[in-house]
Amino acid sequence: MDLNYTPEEQAFRAEVRAFVTGHLPADISAKVKHGKRLAKDDFVRWQKILHQKGWGATMWPQKFGGTGWSAVQQHIFEEECAEAGAPLQLPFGLRMVAPVIQAFGSKGQQEHFLPRIVDGSDWWCQGYSEPGSGSDLASLKTKAENKGDHYIVNGQKTWNTLGQYADWIFCLVRTSSEGRQQEGISFLLIDMKTPGITVRPIIMNDGEHEINEVWFEDVRVPAQNLVGEENKGWTYAKFLLGHERTGIAGVGRSKAALKHLKEIARKETSAGRPMIEDARFRDRIAQVELELMALEITNMRVLSAEKEKKGGHAMGPEASILKIKGSEIQQAIAELEMQALGHYALPWLPEALDPAWQGEPVGADYAAPLSGHYFNYRKTTIYGGSNEIQKNIIAQMILGL
Amino acid sequence: MDFNYTDEQNALRDTLTRFIAKDYPFEARRALAKSAEGFSRAHWKQFADLGLLALPFPEDFGGLNGNAVDTMLVMEAFGRGLVLEPYLATVVVAGHLVREAGSAAQKEALLPAVAGGERMLALAHYEREARYKVSLVNTAAKQDGAGWKLSGAKGVVLGGGAADTLIVSANTAKGLSLFLVGSKAPGVAVRSYVTQDGGRAAEIALDNVAVGQDALVGPEGGALPLVERALDYGIAAMCAEAVGIMAALDEATLEYLKTRKQFGQPIGRFQALQHRMVDMVIATEQSRSMAMMAAVKADSDDAAERRRAISAAKAYIGQQARFVGQQAVQLHGGMGVVDELNVSHWFKRLTMIELTFGNTDHHLGLFSDTLLAA
Repeated sequence: MDLNYTPEEQAFRAEVRAFVTGHLPADISAKVKHGKRLAKDDFVRWQKILHQKGWGATMWPQKFGGTGWSAVQQHIFEEECAEAGAPLQLPFGLRMVAPVIQAFGSKGQQEHFLPRIVDGSDWWCQGYSEPGSGSDLASLKTKAENKGDHYIVNGQKTWNTLGQYADWIFCLVRTSSEGRQQEGISFLLIDMKTPGITVRPIIMNDGEHEINEVWFEDVRVPAQNLVGEENKGWTYAKFLLGHERTGIAGVGRSKAALKHLKEIARKETSAGRPMIEDARFRDRIAQVELELMALEITNMRVLSAEKEKKGGHAMGPEASILKIKGSEIQQAIAELEMQALGHYALPWLPEALDPAWQGEPVGADYAAPLSGHYFNYRKTTIYGGSNEIQKNIIAQMILGL
Repeated sequence: MDFNYTDEQNALRDTLTRFIAKDYPFEARRALAKSAEGFSRAHWKQFADLGLLALPFPEDFGGLNGNAVDTMLVMEAFGRGLVLEPYLATVVVAGHLVREAGSAAQKEALLPAVAGGERMLALAHYEREARYKVSLVNTAAKQDGAGWKLSGAKGVVLGGGAADTLIVSANTAKGLSLFLVGSKAPGVAVRSYVTQDGGRAAEIALDNVAVGQDALVGPEGGALPLVERALDYGIAAMCAEAVGIMAALDEATLEYLKTRKQFGQPIGRFQALQHRMVDMVIATEQSRSMAMMAAVKADSDDAAERRRAISAAKAYIGQQARFVGQQAVQLHGGMGVVDELNVSHWFKRLTMIELTFGNTDHHLGLFSDTLLAA
């Protein structure tokens, strides 16, 4: 056992850093680092750049175009991307629907959809939650009637992230009301341009449009867009959530955020002295750093063990541990960034999040996005299966309670 | 990075697991803690036969050339077994000090004897006034002809009563220095007592204790980094011991949740208790990660990097161990607070680990202060 990076891993880090810093467009990294609003094109441009390098879907199995990297290499890649200010590679296509298509999709689906995910052609969004079905996801009611060569879909999905940009949505739909509710669910891929789909914004607590409601009214979906077998969707849904949870740990991004927090704590002052010299505040930063140091190692331990066990293809319930700790740490850093501002956490200047805004900041130039970020990040312990649901999963699947 | 143990380390783990299960049952351990010496010389001989007492020493001096990860595996098993023998004091702390700082003659005189189980050591360093401050020592060593005369008082010296040879820190005109002192030498008064966890420690008074020139360990005035490093080995080892205890408490508590029935069902059906149990398991896994890091960094020659990692691990594991220990007791209900069940003993040992070689507050402060550097 050795937790030091090998010379090969250090060389790999140098290679990743050289590529990322050399190819990440400066306007994009400036937006990310300053907490500005990102446009669809920012995400897509970066995905296309990674794709050209062959790094568009590093986490996929090699036979689908993944890199075959070790868990440590994947970690280094994510850490370097975050450090450089790259936008997050959104999980909905790469980490959520793609593994399901790879494991359960038809050859035709694999050949059509996977290349379009990795090259940035298609933007995917998620149709899981419904107004009446949150943690109790299997109670979902959106209905898909089998009409032979097509389905007719009616219902409503919610908490749909960035669906306003999406080309495709993957949906859990009810195809049967017989038996246990888990046994009547199917997994459908739906073109967002299909008539009968309406996307309505939900404004978040930071004033931003990040999520939506999606309404389906007699939406006609070709039968060939069913993934796997009808009424087996619940199995695929759980498989997908396992993959989603691994990305959610977000260690690389939290390390970059912690660095940002320390920079802020050096610049913000209390009675003329930098906040970092205030032992009470500094200890709170130190406490988060301890949690993150532990999670970084736990994350690689879990992912390395999974890779050896299952070829890196499916995540066990251990992923729930990563989700719980990762989300708690993200929230703690966001809260301290806001706290560091003191009174200057109060002003709300949504216009300052516009990359083109030339106005005079109120307080420090880094202040405007921080409180909104704190409010927004309360979502992290709720989405992807709330942390309480994760604890149920651990209690049942690992501990046998 | 590599998260796997070597074949030799896996074999060591298996050996230790068998030893704890077979030779260290809880009832026997409980009786041993109440015996006059507080541990078993027969077990110590077994440790020598198993090579545990030779583990970290160089091959030239009868050792096995093990690293801190090997020590971690030993301490994790010793935590589960609540091992009472002064392995931490003799082999890990004092043993490492001799390994790092001793002259060839001192190593030749001490290490093979330690490895063979014939001699026990203890580092007599901390003093009452200094609390956890490693650099603050009032014990003085005055040059006296060809040798030295030592006077002062050392507090809560782990394994001090059993030690044949003490390594005493004292200030000379050149600064902090280390001396080998026979525990029976004239002027040495050792008051040994039982500790809260059933172990042994001692107050040691030194009154004009005469030692020769060859008693000096390492350079005169250059002891501080040597003591820090030896204590860091000790902290890394205690972190591993704590993880061994936390894992044992998790298993015991989980078993209890599945078997104890109230309201007509196993109490593990209750979600409030399920989530507490999950929090305990997560705390243990996160602590295991930190103990691994501490072990790996304990061997690092970069003192600043090593000290930061060790303080991080001690501060973190101190908090998680407190949580797991307290909650294991809580979930066991009344059974958690009685002497006859091992749970209370694991909890007490965890609590004493938190207080030893710098508590959580102390190490969180040291770690936090490193954030001041740019």
